Formats: sequence, structure tokens, C-alpha cells
Amino acid sequence: MADAHTQTAARDAHGHGDHGHDHVPPFFVRWFFSTNHKDIGTLYLIFAILAGIIGGAMSGLMRLELAEPGVTFLTQFTGGNVDAASNFYNVLITYHGLIMIFFMVMPAMIGGFGNWFVPIMIGAPDMAFPRMNNISFWLYGASGILILLSIFAPGYGSQIGFGGGWVLYPPLSSTTGSPGPAMDLLILSLHLAGASSILGAINFITTIFNMRAPGMTLHKMPLFAWAVLVTAFLLVLSLPVLAAAITMLLTDRNFGTSFFDAAGGGDPILYQHLFWFFGHPEVYILILPGFGIISHIVSTFSKKPIFGYLGMAYAMVAIGFVGFIVWAHHMYTVGLSVNMKAYFVAATMVIAVPTGIKIFSWIATMWGGSIDFKTPMLWAVGFIFLFTVGGVTGVVLANAGIDHYMHDTYYVVAHFHYVLSLGAVFAIFAGWYYWFGKMFGYQYREVLGVLHFWIMFVGVNLIFFPQHFLGLQGMPRRYIDYPEGFAFYNQISTYGYYIMAFGMLTFAIAMFDAFFVYRKKAAANPWGEGATTLEWTLPSPPPFHQFNELPRFDGKEAAAH
Amino acid sequence: MIGAVTWMKSGAGEAGLVLGSMDAPFVALRGPWLFMVGFTGVLITMLGWWRDVIRESLNGENTKLVVRLGLRYGMVLFIASEVMFFAGWFWAFFGAALFPGAGDPIILTDGTQMLNANGDPAYLMNDGRFHATGNTWPPKGVEPLSPWGLPLLNTLILLLSGTTVTWAHHAVQHGDEAGLKQGLWLTIILGVIFTFFQYAEYHEALSLEMFKFSGGGIYGAAFFMATGFHGLHVIIGTIFLAVCLMRAYAGQFTPERHFGFECAAWYWHFVDVVWLFLFAFIYVLGNQGLLS
Repeated sequence: MADAHTQTAARDAHGHGDHGHDHVPPFFVRWFFSTNHKDIGTLYLIFAILAGIIGGAMSGLMRLELAEPGVTFLTQFTGGNVDAASNFYNVLITYHGLIMIFFMVMPAMIGGFGNWFVPIMIGAPDMAFPRMNNISFWLYGASGILILLSIFAPGYGSQIGFGGGWVLYPPLSSTTGSPGPAMDLLILSLHLAGASSILGAINFITTIFNMRAPGMTLHKMPLFAWAVLVTAFLLVLSLPVLAAAITMLLTDRNFGTSFFDAAGGGDPILYQHLFWFFGHPEVYILILPGFGIISHIVSTFSKKPIFGYLGMAYAMVAIGFVGFIVWAHHMYTVGLSVNMKAYFVAATMVIAVPTGIKIFSWIATMWGGSIDFKTPMLWAVGFIFLFTVGGVTGVVLANAGIDHYMHDTYYVVAHFHYVLSLGAVFAIFAGWYYWFGKMFGYQYREVLGVLHFWIMFVGVNLIFFPQHFLGLQGMPRRYIDYPEGFAFYNQISTYGYYIMAFGMLTFAIAMFDAFFVYRKKAAANPWGEGATTLEWTLPSPPPFHQFNELPRFDGKEAAAH
Repeated sequence: MIGAVTWMKSGAGEAGLVLGSMDAPFVALRGPWLFMVGFTGVLITMLGWWRDVIRESLNGENTKLVVRLGLRYGMVLFIASEVMFFAGWFWAFFGAALFPGAGDPIILTDGTQMLNANGDPAYLMNDGRFHATGNTWPPKGVEPLSPWGLPLLNTLILLLSGTTVTWAHHAVQHGDEAGLKQGLWLTIILGVIFTFFQYAEYHEALSLEMFKFSGGGIYGAAFFMATGFHGLHVIIGTIFLAVCLMRAYAGQFTPERHFGFECAAWYWHFVDVVWLFLFAFIYVLGNQGLLS
């Protein structure tokens, strides 16, 4: 725990700092040229919300189309043309995935919460490279504009956008499958997003290694900072491989190389290897910061330090490491040899061990604790339950034999939505409610937060749980239509979407209420004795520049929380 | 503490960089003019940004130990990400060179091998690839360059440049400004010679149609993209060293404080090591047919 004088020091700095520390710059300079980690974090959160609205609306169009058999809904947008509607559907699944992964979860967790709280938690005044932090954000903005342009650029024939799925496999993504510029714009969008994330990751690693307050050793560092540290390493090491892969795609498409063209001696499977060498660490990039957030919340609302702190930290390191050597479990059906499959099955199963350490440690933290089911805790417990469901279906899918049957069915869709849209997104909401008062200075109305959680919990489970059954029955993913036999569970799934959408409406109301109606000033620490990390020693919202005098962690009270 | 933010001023430049990078895609769509505008914007921003960094360093604004340490972390991590970028290109090369024709023959129930549309034997995986490469590396019809001409010379040039940049490093550490300049001059000259020889080699390879970049199949693709990205990094590293040379003439490096130079040296060694791998695997083992 930080010394109590920290926050006074931060406040006193106002007025007599040698560089005018707490002078907040004018609007345009503050928000467009920002080098302040908290402002950039806020920008990332706004960006993620906008992307979430777009990506969520896309999933709504998909769900409405799948509400009943036959191509009935999307034809309204295409003048009754079924082919165009099918292309539209394919474009929706592709951009829904890309936008949710690259433009919603990553900016929210790493860009938003990471920027906001990693420097504060480690007792640093800002990120190590504030100017680079700004370019990271605005490159993301440019990347977002490019992906939106790509939706409306010509793709295949007279159709617009790219509809080959977020994995961008050739030959669907080569000139054969998508000759128009939509795919080129998409590649360049991902190049920029990748450059942005690499710069951001370098920034986080440097900040965490180099700018911890005196006495805060790595083994005393809060778990969220650990999570972002591991995530940042995954980003630095995996994204350049994606950059190479999509550069090959770009030269195949525009300059006549044949990396992925078998007729020229190339190999389309090479793309899948390169993609998933990035793509598997990517799924841990999406979930690890969530692990960190959940650890803080569970500990805070159980009023106990996290159980097995070091095990929790090194479990994340282990997940990150093993995450690099399991990529081909996404490719069991491409014709891998039996030996390769055996290896990838075994390696994939190993990940269940550190993940189990985390789940059981969260439960052990709650065990015997004085649990307070405030909104963030509800989301956190929801996360633990739903992530576990997604985790065990992941163990099922890790088996190559079973995966031959399940591959590209709705079982896979259900699995990764349980770990992502019910895992990562629940973690994001948990963090949002946990830190909302800290970030914006207002406390939301508790009843609205609780209502939001329960509606969402019911809605998303209703969407995705039946999809396990659809997958087991053999319904393939990425098709606009399906036979009558799959109608029942699809109908339930679509009802679930309505409920979820209502939950998001509740969220919007809760936020409107918090900012404009309720306007309850948030206390420095609204959560009481359980909240022990440094952000709770600062006022809500924190001063423009915090820790002009560094907090010290020399005593044993520097709780390893 | 470094919370003293004086970093605001380059914000406008960053906006330029973002807009410039957004322009890049239009090279394929709208011709080179818009791209040139964007690219110029990127260059101006980078120049402005680094000029600011150097000025701040000279003014003593960002020279606290923690800042200097942070810059070291940053550069090492940047090089780590570059290493992984090249891992992708080497992956493509090894995937093609080690397994030029993957897969098992398809045996029909009557015991004969299935034929493809051309009447050639068909294979379970990558049939097209098998027939394109002829199951050998270098692929059939490709006459690769000998590694023992220009490539060997270039290897020796880069290794020599590694020693000259180390000479410059030792010179700056001992306050020997003349030695620093000499070492840097030699390194830059060697870098330029390397780039020239690489150009000559490309020129020869492309003019003899031994293998092509565009439409030349997997060999040309893997060869030109891997060595091409390396060549680009040599050029960038040479420019980086040239900037250091100018700063040396301006007297900006001291025995204690010369991190800009160290960055350039690290980067140069990284480029050097990438070349050694390229030379060993693509030129020597690959071109000699020792990989497949």
C-alpha cells in the first residue's frame, strides 16, 4: 500500500511545479496531441466503444438473418438479390471478427485500461515514451478508417468488401478470391494496427521494467501490470510475423510473387502457419489483461489478498510462453501428419494447467472472504464461470480427433465466444465498472450496473450456449442459410441477441445516468479496505499528472496484491 | 521526474505521420502521386521527431538515467520485433526449401497412382506445388546464383563493417573523435558498397532471367523478398550511421553520452546477423541443393 502522503504530494504539486505540471492544456492540444497516459487511455476507450457499437451492430444483422432458415433478412439491403445478400453476410462475419478483436477488445484492454492504470499501479508519473503513446493511438485511428473504407471498396466481382473470414486465408484473400482493392485496404489497415500495437507494447514493457516506483520489485507488482507485461511481450513477438504474412499476401496480390500459390511452387498452408503463429498468441493477448483485471476485482471484493500471487503471475507467463507453441491446433484439418497433430494436442492440453491455476486461485481468493457482490464483482464472477465453460470446450477442441468433426462448426463459434465475448468482454465490463469512478470522477448507479450484468448474463448465454448443440449437430459456421433442422436453436440464439441488445441499452442508460443525472462524485476509494493498489490512493479522477513525488515501497506493507 | 512533460510540441508532426501512413495504400489504387505526398509527410515527421529528440538530449531535458535506460529497452525491443519479422520470411523460405513437394501419392483401389488433370501423378497435399518445383530445391528450371562470388564478398564486407563500427564505438568511449569519425566513415562506405553489390547482383539475376521476382515462382519470391527486406534494412542502417557521423562532426557524442550512436551500432549488428543467416541458408545451403 502506498504511503498516505502520496496523494497529498500529487495535489500539492499543483501550482508550484517547475514546468506547470497540472496545467491542463486547451481542448484540441489535450485530446489530439495528447501525451498524457490517462487522456490517451480515455481516447482508446472511446475508440473501443465506437468499434464495439459497429461490430455489435454487425453481429445483430447476422443474428437477424439466422433467426429463421432461408435467406430472408439481408436481402432487404440488396434489393432481393440472394447472391449479394450472401456476400453481405460473409462481409459481416469477416469485419465483425476483425473489428471486435483488433478495434474493440485490444484497444479497450491494453490501450484503455493498460494506459490508464499500468503507470499508476507501478507508481510512475506516465508511460516511458509518451509521444510514442500518442502515435500508437492515432495509427489505430488511421487503421480504423482504412478497415471501414475496405468494407465499401470493391471485392469480388461487383460485390464490395472482403468476405473470406477474419483469418484472411488465401486463396480467398488472393486475387483469385478477392481481386478488388478491399483486401489491399484490409492488409494495410492491419499493417497500421500492427505497427501501433508493437509500439504500444514496447512502451508498456519499457514502462514496467524501467519506471516502477522505488521498492516495487517485479514480485510486488500488481497482477494487472503483470498481465499487461506478458501481453506486451506476446505482441512484440507475434505481430511482426503477421506483418510478414500479410506482406506476402500483398506481394502475391500486387507484385506477382507466389508465396501462397501452389501453381508457382508456393503453399497456401504456409499462410495458415504464419497467421496462427500470430493468431494463437493473439487470443491470449485478448484474454490476459482480463485475467489481471479479474484478479484485482476478486481480491478487492473478497477483502483478501489474491491467493497464490506468484503462482498467478507465473501462470500468465507460462500461458504466454506455451501460447507460442500450439498454433497448429487451429489447422488440424489441413492435412497435418499424425505426429504433428499428436504434438499439438499435447502442447495445447498443457495450457489447461496454468489456466487451472488461475481459476482455482480466484476461487481460493473468494473462499472464506467477506464477499461484497457489487457490480464489478458480479462481472468478475460471471467471467470466471463463463471463461471456465469456454475453457473446457477448448480442451475438447484441442483433441485433433474430435476437432476433425467439430472444425468450422458452431461448436467452435460457441467456444471462442465463451472465452472472448463472454470472457474478455465481461472482463472489460468488470474493469469498466471497477474503475469507472476512478477514471471519470462519477459513480454509476449501482442498481443499473447490476441490472446491466444480469440482462447481459442471460442474453449472452442464451445466444451462445445453444450454439454448442448446433455445432454438435454439425451446423457449419460462416453460412448465411441452414436447413430446417437447425432452426430451433438458432431461434433461441436470436432471442438471446434481443436480450443482450436490451442489456446494452441498459448500459447506455446507466452511463447517461452516471454522467448527466446521478452525477455522484466518486470517492478516492469507493471499495474500502480490499482495494489496495495505488490508483485508490489518488483522488477520483486523478490529477493530470500524478506522482510528482514517487511513492515508495520500501516497507513490507507494499502488499503483493 | 520525467513527468515534466515537454513532449507536447511534436503532436502536429504525429498527425502528419498518421495522415501520411494512411496515404500509403493509395499507391495501389490511385497512382504514385498521392503516395509521394503521404510518404513526404512521413519523412518530414520522422525528421522533425528525431530532431526534437536530439535537441532535448542536448538541452538536458531527457537525459536522466531512467530515460536513457528506457531508450535502451525500447531499442532492444524494437530489434526483437524486427527479428520476428525476419522469422516470417525465413519461415516462408524454409517451408519451401525443406519441403519443395509435400505430400504422399494418392494410390487408387486398383493399386495405381492417381493422375491429375495434366496426366501427371497426383499427390495428397500441394499437388500444384509438387509439379511446380519438381520436388527439388532450387526448383526445377531455376539456376541460382553462386554464393562464392558477390554474396561471399558481401558477407566479408558486412563482417568488416561490423569491426569498423566497433572501432568507432571504442573510439567514442575513449574520447577519440578522429577515430570515431574514421570508423563511421568506413562503416558507411562499406554499407554503401554492400548495397551497390546487392544492386549489381539483382541486376544480373533479373537480366539473365535466371529467376524472376514477379511471376518467378516461389524461389524468386522467397529470395527477393528476404534479401530485399534485408537490403532495405542495410540502407536504413546506413542512413542511421550517416546521421551519427553528422552528429559526430557536430561534436554531440561524448565518452559518457553517445546512445544515438549505440542504437545505430546495435541496429547495424542486427542487420549483419540477418545477412549471415541469409548467406548460410539461402545462398550456400539452399542454392547448393543441400536443404531438400
